[in-house]
Amino acid sequence: MSDLTKKTAETAEPETAEAPAVPAVDPRLLVRERGFAGYLEEFARRLRGGELGSLPVVVGLIVIAVVFQLKNSSFLSADSLANIGVYTSGLGIMAVGIVFVLLLGEIDLSVGSVAGVGAAVWAVLSVTHGVNDWLAVLLAVAAGAAIGTLHGFFFAKIGVPAFVVTLAGFLGWSGLQIWLMGKEGSINTPSGSVVENLTGYYFEDKAAAYGLALVAVLAYAGSLLWEARRRRAAALPSRPASEIALRTGVVAVLAFAVAYVLNEPDGARGLPLALVLFLAVLVLADFVVRRTSYGRQIFAVGGNAEAARRAGINVNRIRVTVFAVSGMLAAFGGLFIASLSGGATKNLGAGNTLMNVIAAAVIGGTSLFGGRGKIWSALLGMLVIQSIQQGLNLLGMASEIQYMITGAVLLAAVVIDSLSRRTQKTAGRT
Amino acid sequence: MMSVSATPVLALRKVSKRFGAVQALTDVTLEIHPGEVVALVGDNGAGKSTLVKTISGVHPVDDGTIEWEGAPVRIAKPHDAQELGVATVYQDLALCDNLDVVANLYLGNELRGAGVLDEIAMEKRAKELLDTLSIRIPSVRIPVAALSGGQRQVVAIARALIGEPKVVILDEPTAALGVEQTAQVLDLVERLRERNLGTILISHNMADVQAVADRVAVLRLGRNNGVFDVADTSHEEIIAAITGASDNAVTRRRARTEQVRKEEAR
Repeated sequence: MSDLTKKTAETAEPETAEAPAVPAVDPRLLVRERGFAGYLEEFARRLRGGELGSLPVVVGLIVIAVVFQLKNSSFLSADSLANIGVYTSGLGIMAVGIVFVLLLGEIDLSVGSVAGVGAAVWAVLSVTHGVNDWLAVLLAVAAGAAIGTLHGFFFAKIGVPAFVVTLAGFLGWSGLQIWLMGKEGSINTPSGSVVENLTGYYFEDKAAAYGLALVAVLAYAGSLLWEARRRRAAALPSRPASEIALRTGVVAVLAFAVAYVLNEPDGARGLPLALVLFLAVLVLADFVVRRTSYGRQIFAVGGNAEAARRAGINVNRIRVTVFAVSGMLAAFGGLFIASLSGGATKNLGAGNTLMNVIAAAVIGGTSLFGGRGKIWSALLGMLVIQSIQQGLNLLGMASEIQYMITGAVLLAAVVIDSLSRRTQKTAGRT
Repeated sequence: MMSVSATPVLALRKVSKRFGAVQALTDVTLEIHPGEVVALVGDNGAGKSTLVKTISGVHPVDDGTIEWEGAPVRIAKPHDAQELGVATVYQDLALCDNLDVVANLYLGNELRGAGVLDEIAMEKRAKELLDTLSIRIPSVRIPVAALSGGQRQVVAIARALIGEPKVVILDEPTAALGVEQTAQVLDLVERLRERNLGTILISHNMADVQAVADRVAVLRLGRNNGVFDVADTSHEEIIAAITGASDNAVTRRRARTEQVRKEEAR
């Protein structure tokens, strides 16, 4: 896995009689030993090699924030930022599913419709048929997983291109959604229901946001320190204390800044439940992708399916389950959308939902070509998209302008991905 | 020949394989002893790849027996071969470019602690393995795409050793490599012998074969066409066996007596 942050350096021994094919001292190897200056150099070298990582999207977010703040001073207000946070959650959870699919080098065009079906299943079961609310939520998510499994089956076992399977799904499932919603075409979320609380509930106690920030920072620092200790014990190169301190510092500043904005200013409502759930999905998915065999196998299949097959990986199982994950998260995200819009409707998840979700994953830095990407790109990309929408809304821009700007940003992200891929090819890195 | 134990680790006895109307292999016999490098040579279409695939379980044999350490076994699927301890390194490498060296070495065999990838143990063992094989790569944490062709090939071979196999099959390991890189791979083949592994080396390159192989098994038109000791066989004799120029009573007799001698030795 080409995890930018985890590249370890070896203490290079000078080679005397070795071939020129193996450079005696690779510049990569010296970074650890040279502290901070080494990192800057390493960073510059990566940029030249086309390994942009999250840099474009972070720069983009800063530019967006500055531009909109200059145009309208309420962009960075608590209300506006909390709005961005809440609106990011539902689509962001769907984008996490898309990241899984993109890591395979495939695409899932059905997530919008599946979100609609998920919301419709919940609404019909819970509101129309009086099924237990929690059970209805569970069944809606399970329906999404089942739909994804079906897509995966057609793709993996029968060999229909994922593009076509999910395009058919896109049409078919929105048909199912309309049928489920029946004549009225919309079912409002009852007040106090689980789904209403998904985006409607805020932890008003200030301790919640600060506590979560503290827990996040401690967990992050703890995991870095623990890993560094284990690596030292195994006599492997480890992160220097200065790097751990720097990383922890950055995470702490971000976490507490967010907590502050959610808690303190006038009109702040506290920590939204939606954000907590989104973060939980992100952390869990990131763990699965980076720390488990299953995640490793997703990267392997995305990088070279034939190599993965020969290594004894059940490629079809990976493909089917990844589409199931995508469907499941799409349905879960659909419940958030229903919660935000006050109910399930015939055309929930239609329109630009699909494009926004895919755009978020790509803008965040996950490659369309498979095998490269991070779960966190769902968060970064969705922040970009929601910031643009929120900013344009504040400026009173019409939706046609929003569409055009979002389209341009998506195109820019894919251009960056393609160019960095080409630079990496010439620099011999993937 | 190197010191050779009495029982071959792997032996094919009169193995035949047919694809529809094509008789790909006819009564092929091959023995691999521990600590021995057997080169498998032959013209295109001679059946080298088919033979290797019967051993690695891709194509089960139709006729004949495969013996593993003296006992007959059945290899019906790739998994069977892996279970026995046969590792195959394919010509087209089969590495994942986007994964780093450690991840590639352990792909499909990840070490886990409490269900989580144990990156530290994998990295440590990967380094140890590469060190014992004297493989020099810049870092075990760089993506395989950043390695040269020779480095990729040695990583692919090192990966075959993760499962502690007893027989390693190398399919054209030096094709498409430069001079220096070829030397690197051949060094590694010698180290496989030092580790007492049986190695089957498929190659078109007679220089490579003569550099590292102990014996050369020639296939021609799906049949055995002689097994030669590299030490006392000339380049020309092997070429003659490959092309069929030596297909005459004398060589056939020699192959036969060799076979008899083997059987007696057993």
